[in-house]
Amino acid sequence: MTKLNREGLAQLREQARAGWQQRWHGKQAQIIIGMGTCGIAAGARKAWDAFADELKKNNLTEVRIEQTGCMGLCYSEPTVEVRVPDMPPIIYGKVDAEVARRIVRKHIVGKLLINDHIYDRPALDAFGKQG
Amino acid sequence: MQAETKTELSPGLLEFIRQWKDKPGNLIMVLHRVQQEYRYVPRDVAFQVAALLEVPLAKIYGVITFYHLFKLKQPGRHVIAVCMGTACYLKGGEDLIRELETLIGAGVNTVSPDGEFSVEVVRCLGCCGLAPVLTIDGEVFGNLTKAQLPDVLAKYQGKQLAAATA
Amino acid sequence: MAFKHYVMVCGGEGCESKHALAVHDALLKEVREQGVENEVQVLKTGGFGFCGDCPAVQVLPDQTLYVGVQPGDAAAIVTQHLKQGRPVARLVFDAAKNAKMFPADVPVGHQKQLRIVLRNCGVIDPEKIGDYLARDGYAALEKALFKMKPEDVIEELKKAGLRGRGGGGYPTWQKWLFTKKVASEQKYIICNADEGDPGAYMDRSTLEGDPHSILEAMTIAGYTVGASQGYIYIRAEYPLAISRLNLAIAQARELGLLGKGILGSGFDFDIELRLGAGAFVCGEETALITSIEGNRGMPSPRPPYPAVRGLWEKPTVINNVETWAAIPVILLKGGEWFGKIGTATSKGTKVFALTGKVNNCGLIEVPMGITLREIIYEIGGGMLKGKAFKAVQTGGPSGGVITQDYLDMPIDYEALAQLGSIMGSGGMIVMDEDDCMVDVSKFYLDFTVDESCGKCAPCRIGGRTLYNLVDKISKGKGSLNDIEQIRDIGLAMRKASLCGLGQTAPNPAISTLKYFEAEYLAHINDKKCPAGKCRDLLTFFILPEKCIGCTLCARRCPVNCIAGERRAVHTIDAAKCIKCGECYQVCKFGAVERT
Ligand SMILES: Cc1cc2nc3c(=O)[nH]c(=O)nc-3n(C[C@H](O)[C@H](O)[C@H](O)COP(=O)(O)O)c2cc1C
Ligand code: FES
Repeated sequence: MTKLNREGLAQLREQARAGWQQRWHGKQAQIIIGMGTCGIAAGARKAWDAFADELKKNNLTEVRIEQTGCMGLCYSEPTVEVRVPDMPPIIYGKVDAEVARRIVRKHIVGKLLINDHIYDRPALDAFGKQG
Repeated sequence: MQAETKTELSPGLLEFIRQWKDKPGNLIMVLHRVQQEYRYVPRDVAFQVAALLEVPLAKIYGVITFYHLFKLKQPGRHVIAVCMGTACYLKGGEDLIRELETLIGAGVNTVSPDGEFSVEVVRCLGCCGLAPVLTIDGEVFGNLTKAQLPDVLAKYQGKQLAAATA
Repeated sequence: MAFKHYVMVCGGEGCESKHALAVHDALLKEVREQGVENEVQVLKTGGFGFCGDCPAVQVLPDQTLYVGVQPGDAAAIVTQHLKQGRPVARLVFDAAKNAKMFPADVPVGHQKQLRIVLRNCGVIDPEKIGDYLARDGYAALEKALFKMKPEDVIEELKKAGLRGRGGGGYPTWQKWLFTKKVASEQKYIICNADEGDPGAYMDRSTLEGDPHSILEAMTIAGYTVGASQGYIYIRAEYPLAISRLNLAIAQARELGLLGKGILGSGFDFDIELRLGAGAFVCGEETALITSIEGNRGMPSPRPPYPAVRGLWEKPTVINNVETWAAIPVILLKGGEWFGKIGTATSKGTKVFALTGKVNNCGLIEVPMGITLREIIYEIGGGMLKGKAFKAVQTGGPSGGVITQDYLDMPIDYEALAQLGSIMGSGGMIVMDEDDCMVDVSKFYLDFTVDESCGKCAPCRIGGRTLYNLVDKISKGKGSLNDIEQIRDIGLAMRKASLCGLGQTAPNPAISTLKYFEAEYLAHINDKKCPAGKCRDLLTFFILPEKCIGCTLCARRCPVNCIAGERRAVHTIDAAKCIKCGECYQVCKFGAVERT
């Protein structure tokens, strides 16, 4: 890749924004897993594998799994954000393999939320946006 | 004075030392690399590093003994690091250490008689939300109770330990 | 098909007690009776981390938050809100209450948090530079390089009133200005990512969740003060943060956001990692600098300050991770914006690692000036297992405890110092009735003795003596004279130690003594540990009227000091007992007592 100048940065940023928009507000469901040290320690990788496996079983290959850093909800690790088009984005906590599979079947396929595992999203950020 | 046996340094390690040789303040980075390879700093490797970096051996030992992470003795095959940061201490980190002592016969900074485990104390692994926490070979186990320890250890040691505590 | 509404009833620890379940059931019943069960899903949540006025009910997708809901309100919520689309105004949370804590252009929600430092943590993929760019990443660097003179950057930081988040709270703009003013061919920028306070992990999370923000800020500093090389000194205990930083540096170099002629300007800057090796004192800036130089990490007296003579004797700006992470936002949103948050002397937000005996352990970012009560009982969801609050420890081994009486005091640098604690790096450890203050003080002294580098006598000898005194008291062998000695030695260490480690090492002991002297006296005079923590002062015995002779304790006792037949009352042989507390924990009938 060539070194960026200002125009190059502006272009790259536009591309990145478009991609972001697509991922966050587009037509595809997205599963975002908190993969900080504590998330991983609490079992985020197991949840990841379960999500991937269950998506495959349900032929939902277009659903993306993404990673992110710590959401700050350490008491509810592993935490996962689930974004399904036309549904409010939801933060799930204490997501073990079993819960991960339920999220795929019930939330992503069935469009219903899951009892007892919903947590509040991380607070407002400096840009006044939540994602 | 010369060290007894001469360990052949791996090409990777030699290359690392070559890359860092002319950078100021390289010693700690090189020692980390040495430990990555040997899990401690063997005496004759320290001799060779001194020669390669052209620093006095005394300086190398000065640095090794100052920092907790550098070791002069070979650790067990699996290293258990129990967190004794504040959060873990309050939530029972000390109990984990005592339980380990009964389970594997190794207290802090010692190796179990069978050479399988060694136990260390670390100060906060940054997972305080999951306190009490310990790591085995870098893998983190959180929200641990004494009762879970045998199972956790068994993952590393297989049947041997399960039989001993049955 | 997706539902029209999702109604979520808070099911956190705090709410459970206040009939949240009844509200849930009432809503469910109402939804069925009004025939909207195919449009509305009623849920119990795992908790909102919002426990001011429970039970709370949130309606999605419109995000209406109801507080203090009673089962009798269910009908109104369903009829008015869910069917007719008009929220029940009298129950809606009044966000105006929080508005005064935030600048005008921040849409205020029910949360008392505002994420500036943590803006990208838990949002972007830290391993993708594109995600960072999409969220205005490197825009502050571009702005600095092309639209601002170095003086302007410093002016902006001054307006923001940003103070160091590593513990000292020194104004960042002043440090930068000192370094800028010194004429020197070579200057350095350092990020202090040694995070030594046991019980604090905000720096780790920031590095893991948003590594580019640190690189961007350090580059801005390089431009401002005229430095071309930066170092991040990071604990080796944080392997994931190290690998993400390495990746971020490689990405930035590839795009020319680090290296020669950044973004086509004439400015060069690069960053390297240097690893710590498990020495707390290396968080102190002068020790950190000698450690980067490859030596034993011994601190040296200041002045000269690093700003004037630092790494390899060159002028050096050294700041903490959290300080760095705030800087791009300050440049983009303006110093004035940042300065509107917080108290008169402490601006902006602070990240705390809220841990210990609270329900919602976690990383929180709150405006300066928030109270401990809000943090512990609202964001933190109250005390774990409903135990009684005893104290909060802030500032780690350099800090002290804050008690019940001060829960409503707005937190900032000055207020905490006044109470005999410090802001520190942001560890906030909540302690309950089971935590013994003598034991806590011993824990921290053990830590500082272990971590003292041994260079100066007050810290090396004073610390050890303090530990021995507190240890003696915890074993019931102390005398009143020991308390005087702790105070005297503490004072001497404060005055005479070489670096911050020794100067602040007595703080936990002095502070616990100040607020909990009675607890020390109980150990000395009555040979009792009121919290039941100090082993040497405990005795375990079995209450004959409660013991049913299940033999569980006898089987669990590691030293076989419990005797008794099946179905007969057991007894503990106090002479053999090692006070491990196993019997106390396993007894299902509350028959084992300890005093
Ligand atoms: C014993 C001791 C330990 C310290 N540990 C840290 C630390 O872990 N992280 C940190 O950022 N600052 C630490 N500091 C503070 C640093 O010396 C220094 O003030 C800080 O890095 C400056 O950055 P700031 O102005 O952004 O806060 C420590 C200070 C002392 C005396
Ligand atoms: S205190 Fe153990 S992880 Fe922080």
